[in-house]
Amino acid sequence: MSGFEDFWAIYGNVVLTLGTNSLLALSIWLTLACGMLAMANAAFMGIGAYAAALLTMNYEASFPVALAGGMVAPALVAALIGLPTLRLSGVYLAMATLGFGEVVRVTILNTESLTGGALGLNGIPQLTQWWHVVLAVVLVLLVLWRVRRSKVGRAFDAIRGDETAAGLMGIDVRSTKMLAFVAGAAIAGLAGALNAHLTFFIGPGEYGFDRGVEILTMAILGGIGGLAGPVIGACILTVLPEALRGFSDFRLVVNGLILVLIVLFLPQGIWDPARFSRWLRKGGRRHA
Amino acid sequence: MLELTSLSKNFGGLHVLHDVGLSVPEGAIFGLIGPNGAGKTTVFNLITGLLAPTSGGIAFQGQDLLRRRPHEITRLGIARTFQNIRLFKEMTLLENVVVGAYRHMDYGYASLLLGLPRYREHEARARERAHELLGWMKLDHKANDLADNLSYGEQRRLELARALATEPRLLLLDEPVAGMNTGERAELMREILAIRERGYTILMIEHDMQFVMGLCERIAVLNFGRIIACGGPQEIRANEQVIEAYLGREDDEQAEQAQ
Amino acid sequence: MLEQQFVNALSLGCVYALFALGFTLIFGVLGVINLAHGAVFMVGAYAALVVVANLGLPLWAALVAAMLVAGLLGAVIDRLVLKPLRRRNAPHLIPMIATIGVAIVLNNAAQAFFGAGNLRFPFGTVPEGVLTVAGLHVTVIELGIILLSFALMAVLMIVMRRTQFGRALRAIAESPKAAWLLGINVERLFLTTSFAAAALGGVAGVLIGLYANALYPLMGQPMLHKGIAVVILGGMGDIRGAMLGGLFLGFAEVLSVAYVGSTMRDAVAFGLLFLILLVRPQGLFGKVVQRKA
Repeated sequence: MSGFEDFWAIYGNVVLTLGTNSLLALSIWLTLACGMLAMANAAFMGIGAYAAALLTMNYEASFPVALAGGMVAPALVAALIGLPTLRLSGVYLAMATLGFGEVVRVTILNTESLTGGALGLNGIPQLTQWWHVVLAVVLVLLVLWRVRRSKVGRAFDAIRGDETAAGLMGIDVRSTKMLAFVAGAAIAGLAGALNAHLTFFIGPGEYGFDRGVEILTMAILGGIGGLAGPVIGACILTVLPEALRGFSDFRLVVNGLILVLIVLFLPQGIWDPARFSRWLRKGGRRHA
Repeated sequence: MLELTSLSKNFGGLHVLHDVGLSVPEGAIFGLIGPNGAGKTTVFNLITGLLAPTSGGIAFQGQDLLRRRPHEITRLGIARTFQNIRLFKEMTLLENVVVGAYRHMDYGYASLLLGLPRYREHEARARERAHELLGWMKLDHKANDLADNLSYGEQRRLELARALATEPRLLLLDEPVAGMNTGERAELMREILAIRERGYTILMIEHDMQFVMGLCERIAVLNFGRIIACGGPQEIRANEQVIEAYLGREDDEQAEQAQ
Repeated sequence: MLEQQFVNALSLGCVYALFALGFTLIFGVLGVINLAHGAVFMVGAYAALVVVANLGLPLWAALVAAMLVAGLLGAVIDRLVLKPLRRRNAPHLIPMIATIGVAIVLNNAAQAFFGAGNLRFPFGTVPEGVLTVAGLHVTVIELGIILLSFALMAVLMIVMRRTQFGRALRAIAESPKAAWLLGINVERLFLTTSFAAAALGGVAGVLIGLYANALYPLMGQPMLHKGIAVVILGGMGDIRGAMLGGLFLGFAEVLSVAYVGSTMRDAVAFGLLFLILLVRPQGLFGKVVQRKA
């Protein structure tokens, strides 16, 4: 067992971060499944992190309550900004949500008395156990899996395919998009809350533009054709910098290069069910 | 069944429709014809809630359709196909048609999350109905192919199957035979008659005069956003204004067919 | 006090405008949100630094070098990364992600070569001195920035409005396929535009390096955020909008720092962005027309 303990001592954090990153990638998958490029999930993660941390630190809330708070707070905010924001589409939606992310970041910076401002929150109790993260990922995957196979998942696909036609099929496009947006926010908030109680310290800089871009990259890299994609993308983007430690100064350069190469050669992402079925069909013909 | 009253639509300074009125009785096959740019598709867009009229009223089975969103109008029983075909290209034929059954799948989150019988029943029923409709359109053998891989005529039939899946009372067909050959046209004519036999009402926009004259019991003619004639095929054929509308546009082929 | 801020704001606004112009050109013509533009901006700044500090050449040479190096980099990015993706008809967002990868490579390579700390242009690169223009005190740097920026913007406007090249670019911006059918060599123009846009970014980098007297490997990132805000404000793909938006942002930032406090500075860009998008998504000058294939 000592081998495992050693492994965990060194890599435990990476594995747990892998879990929270998977949650983040899945949270943006939801909105991407509707054809929306909404990049506010980093901000929602931040809102969830701060809400949960403040609950445990200032109100001595129990962990489950803090986690719940970390999901409800961003969901509420998403519900508020969703209505005007989701009228936008394409690149405008992306930019508006990115902008919103920066607004949140600056709000955190300027509410020092509550959030500790630029110095962040220190001394968050490290309540997150490995099984919390695993449970969260498994539950979210299960819920999303079932949603995909239901009329709701079909509505997502229809909206992504052709919004106008979807509306004429009796699908309430606005509500469905809101659902994806708010649920995505809650999942991102959960990731943030779990992460906050793992890393002991959180600061406003962690939830801005760069994080938002990273979350999007995980999902697109992994592929949004299926639920495995975002998880794979999260794994790659979490593990790669670690695996490249040996390259010291240049490891992030290699990181970026690998990203570019994957994008160039696998534009639908790594997990692309359509590509797999094409391979299978080709294989079938050869054996015919 | 469908009443349009003094319907007008302006886009800024552009008057697309002016004082349009027509009445589609239940069980009828009603044709809306007119030269290109007369405003026919705009009428459809107004009925289905994609656009709001500048003035006038739309009533369906006594219910006011104004200020309702498209999905509400569909749920009231109006379905539509598109001139330039709006299929869900990355889904299979079966999935496309099943989407149409959306509002009839009446199960809640508990059901779908836990896989309860209600969920399974509704899903199974939707799939069966989809196969039935695909069979009716002679597309069932391709049920699991991607919609993108169909020929033009097949895509139009798929759109029709999908529209029928919403269980409408009124079907709006926007140029259903555009791009089809004679054989396919005859086939579709039979299919539309069969659809009507099953109790649906049909309002269609079409350019193909033979098709319209052969199928529709009542025809309204739209020109420059106004209704210039409304009546049975014989009346319309003989109507001076109609002939002029088509001749005036140098639409020779149409004018010949109208006579 | 307010007048002094005017010069400050104008210079900053000019640099924002130059940066945003490059960014909006690439979006308007190539249809790509180039998130490597910040890194290219940084490369321009460092190239100028090397020319002045290591090669001992005067500032004007450094500016030319910055434009060339940055421009070449932009062209290389187009050829190696963007073109293959165009060929493959990659889905809409993929080129953007690719540029993220490029930015990571460039930013970290710069850090590896130059270190993470702030570097400065050698003392004496720009003559010290304060001039008085129209009753305002203007440093030589500020004057240089303003004049050079306006000159470049004027050149760009003339090219876009009065030359065949500019017309071709506007045609492509509207519809690349139609432009191609008209016989326009779309690929070559993509390359040229990438070069020009990057060159503008590179110049902006040098100017900011002089203005703030600091260069650091990640200097492109905050610029990128602001560039996005400016371009949305002004209308994506719209040249006039990028210029006016950049100037507007410069003024908004300087005034808010002067009167509200420096922590709000970054919020200004994004706060405005968010509001504009809710009220008028196409920006001040943009059109709501969707780009055709």
